[in-house]
Amino acid sequence: MTPTPARASAAAAHALLRRTRCFAAANQIRTASRAFSSAPAGASEPQVHFLSANQKVAGDDELDVAIVGGGMVGLAVACALSNMPLTKHLRVAVIDSNPALKSMNYLKKDGIPDSRVSTVTPATISFFRDIGAWEHILQQRHAFFGKMQVWDYTGLGYTRYNARDVSKEYLGCVVENKVLCNSLLLRLQEQKEDIGKMVYPTRLVSLAFPSKSRNVGVAGLKPPSTEAEELCRSNLVKLDLSDGQTLYSKLVVGADGSKSNVRQIAGIKTTGWSYPQSAIICTVEHTAANDCAWQRFLPSGPIALLPIGDNFSNIVWTMSPEEASRHKSMSSEDFVMSVNRALDFGYGPHPNSSSLDHYVERLFSDFGGTAASTKECFEVPPRAIGLISERMAFPLSLMHSHDYVSKRLALVGDAAHTVHPLAGQGVNLGFGDAAALAKVISEGVSVGADIGDLSLLNRYETDRKAANIAMAAVLDGFQKMYSVDFGPLNVLRAAAFHGAQYISPLKKNIISYAMGDSKSPLFS
Amino acid sequence: MLRRVAPSLRRALAASAVPRGGCGARLPDPGLSSPHALPPQWRRWASAAAASSLPPPPPSPPQGPPRHAGGGSAASSLNPAEVAKFAAIAETWWDSQGPFKPLHLMNPTRLSFIRSTLCRHFRRDPYSAKPLEGLKVIDVGCGGGILSEPLARMGATVTGIDAVDKNIKIAHIHAASDPTTASIEYCCTTAEDLVKENKQFDAVISLEVIEHVANPLEFCKSLSALTAPNGATVISTINRSMRAYAAAIVGAEYILRWLPIGTHEWSKLVTPEELVLALQRASISVEEMAGFFYNPLTREWSLSDDTSINYIAYGIKKSEAPSATLQ
Ligand SMILES: Cc1cc2nc3c(=O)[nH]c(=O)nc-3n(C[C@H](O)[C@H](O)[C@H](O)COP(=O)(O)OP(=O)(O)OC[C@H]3O[C@@H](n4cnc5c(N)ncnc54)[C@H](O)[C@@H]3O)c2cc1C
Ligand SMILES: C[S@@+](CC[C@H](N)C(=O)[O-])C[C@H]1O[C@@H](n2cnc3c(N)ncnc32)[C@H](O)[C@@H]1O
Repeated sequence: MTPTPARASAAAAHALLRRTRCFAAANQIRTASRAFSSAPAGASEPQVHFLSANQKVAGDDELDVAIVGGGMVGLAVACALSNMPLTKHLRVAVIDSNPALKSMNYLKKDGIPDSRVSTVTPATISFFRDIGAWEHILQQRHAFFGKMQVWDYTGLGYTRYNARDVSKEYLGCVVENKVLCNSLLLRLQEQKEDIGKMVYPTRLVSLAFPSKSRNVGVAGLKPPSTEAEELCRSNLVKLDLSDGQTLYSKLVVGADGSKSNVRQIAGIKTTGWSYPQSAIICTVEHTAANDCAWQRFLPSGPIALLPIGDNFSNIVWTMSPEEASRHKSMSSEDFVMSVNRALDFGYGPHPNSSSLDHYVERLFSDFGGTAASTKECFEVPPRAIGLISERMAFPLSLMHSHDYVSKRLALVGDAAHTVHPLAGQGVNLGFGDAAALAKVISEGVSVGADIGDLSLLNRYETDRKAANIAMAAVLDGFQKMYSVDFGPLNVLRAAAFHGAQYISPLKKNIISYAMGDSKSPLFS
Repeated sequence: MLRRVAPSLRRALAASAVPRGGCGARLPDPGLSSPHALPPQWRRWASAAAASSLPPPPPSPPQGPPRHAGGGSAASSLNPAEVAKFAAIAETWWDSQGPFKPLHLMNPTRLSFIRSTLCRHFRRDPYSAKPLEGLKVIDVGCGGGILSEPLARMGATVTGIDAVDKNIKIAHIHAASDPTTASIEYCCTTAEDLVKENKQFDAVISLEVIEHVANPLEFCKSLSALTAPNGATVISTINRSMRAYAAAIVGAEYILRWLPIGTHEWSKLVTPEELVLALQRASISVEEMAGFFYNPLTREWSLSDDTSINYIAYGIKKSEAPSATLQ
């Protein structure tokens, strides 16, 4: 009970002093090494002699948040953090060797659109507005669409939606993935005077989490005989990068995609399966501008034609893997013919009857007046006149990570979950993760929490897991639905599919219907 | 973090000790104690409570208080039995599933109360990441530093004191692992001893301690003496109400076994009215109070108007301290 103030505070003060000195030294070295690391590829050797220096000093290699993966979702986390008053001071790094991270200008609107695009939802748009990145999207290519038509190869019916009918300005917006990334980067650059310091153009090689026993390890009551700096670091995650640098961080955000290294190193298990399907994506050209999103259900899966500005459209075509490889290797003329057939007379007639529409209408009106527009006539989508990008084929899979967080770790985006891409939801879910994680970190900062604290991160997991699982289930349900040929029911599922994006109670019906646990509302 | 600062009670004198249908919330931490040191006007409550005996009030330990070094004049608020109890579980401070689990769970909520009251009190920008920058804050009865560390991250220049040397060691080692918290000055001492050294702080915070001290009134006076004129004082504790009894003693100790049996002694608990009066006598006017509400479904705490179980109070030290009792 005797006062023992001096000892403790002297040690603390000593530690502090040491650190201050180290900070100064590290800053100088870092400046030099960054200059090298942002040099073009192949410049990794010059960094080597900074290596030892970097490893010795503390300071600039210590971060609050290390984001592994600078894809759309990783950048969104960085951008959100730099935009909130309570988190903008955090030392954040984005680690990714992707050369796209160097582009700092608007992408020209007159180039050929990339074939990787996303349909962004209103939630994503408002998130981008909040973090100040939507402005930049508007300066680059994007395509709002106000019309949508869904139909079916059996020719029994069709559904058209018009934004007017639901008193909206638009139904959705198609944006190239690289425009999304670029806009986030440009926003980051506005926020951080030196974004070059934030982006590490290199890859993660290994991760070491602080040993669990450490905190409890005080049991022996050993005074901090270890060097203060070492002690601090032993409490952080250690990241080894491919250029030889080592970073230490309070929190690691795994935004490194579906094959996430971070997730694997952390030993987090996943559940998932592949669909016996692949998707082919590419860009095609028309003779006139396309302002409608089109989707037709074929026996093997849906084909979508999404407007991407000017006379261009994006194709996402789901089919069996064998068909996919055949479509990928055929001549581009044959491919264009095949696309036009699939969007027009192939597999079945045009729907000339909308006899099912009043059922569909009734079904929809139960869910709040968001009715499909039945007044409008069926239209044939604009013909593609040429293929103007490579065709990319990728297998469809569903994966869900058992945990999104552990101590000092959070997974976001595809690292935590991949869904069937047919609704373009993949990245929207990832942006939802980014927004939620940034918010939780901000809440943590506001009450002085350690931002790597598990009980804090658990809040993020609770928030997102439910949303993501529900969406994965919906999309999986759809997949199951159209992987079986229901014949005349196709039109219903086609219509329901698109209606479901706007009307959530319907989603539930559709899933249980698709899974066979409830009877079809129309044919019971 | 999380919860908004819910409506808080201005001027404490509101409902509190009214027994209501109790449901689960509970209270942190351990304590043994002797009922004898209560101020006379509270002793009545104590004996009444003891008489109404529900489950077993834990045995009162022998009470001879060996005063610590330099002992002397001022009545110490230290209760040796309490101290022994905290020493016994010192190692578990940072085990978020251990005996201090309730404190860990409550931490974000009580910090959001502290953040919002101190930001208003010191006219700090609530959107600042470090709103307490430059303020000298003392955490009295800091234990393993569960509160001191976040305060330091919020920018405060923190001093943490505790009567248990082991706690201070744990706190110090733990804080050293983060540069931001390594600057906390931890010290094994009591409020009374610091008063003797004429130390003063912009804000004096003592959470979940007053129910473990021998003499709450003297303790309040010490806290007041440590608070600079016009500075802020924040105290949290558990109410002496039927609900608190049900939740903290029967619920948390006997049924859920969250807390070691004997952690709380009914007679030592302080009601909001008593706290307000005691602080008033110590020249601190209570400006705001809030209760803690535990939602067993979300397993989260939030602030509420209901002070019948756990509550927290913020007051201002009057500038013209009239009766400087303790100097
Ligand atoms: C071909 C294809 C088409 C798609 N089409 C659509 C669509 O139309 N609409 C839609 O919504 N979704 C679509 N998706 C899904 C969508 O692309 C993903 O949901 C989205 O890209 C996820 O973003 P992310 O940032 O989580 O991961 P990614 O975009 O995969 O980014 C991961 C990043 O991490 C980096 N990285 C990986 N490992 C390391 C490492 N060890 N160190 C450092 N960096 C590392 C990579 O370089 C990459 O930049 C498609 C996916 C694919 C594969
Ligand atoms: C329940 S804990 C609260 C810890 C911390 N304030 C918190 O809320 O996280 C009570 C602490 O008060 C300490 N304590 C009890 N009586 C004390 C006194 N008279 N002076 C200083 N500390 C005391 C105990 O050692 C114990 O660490």
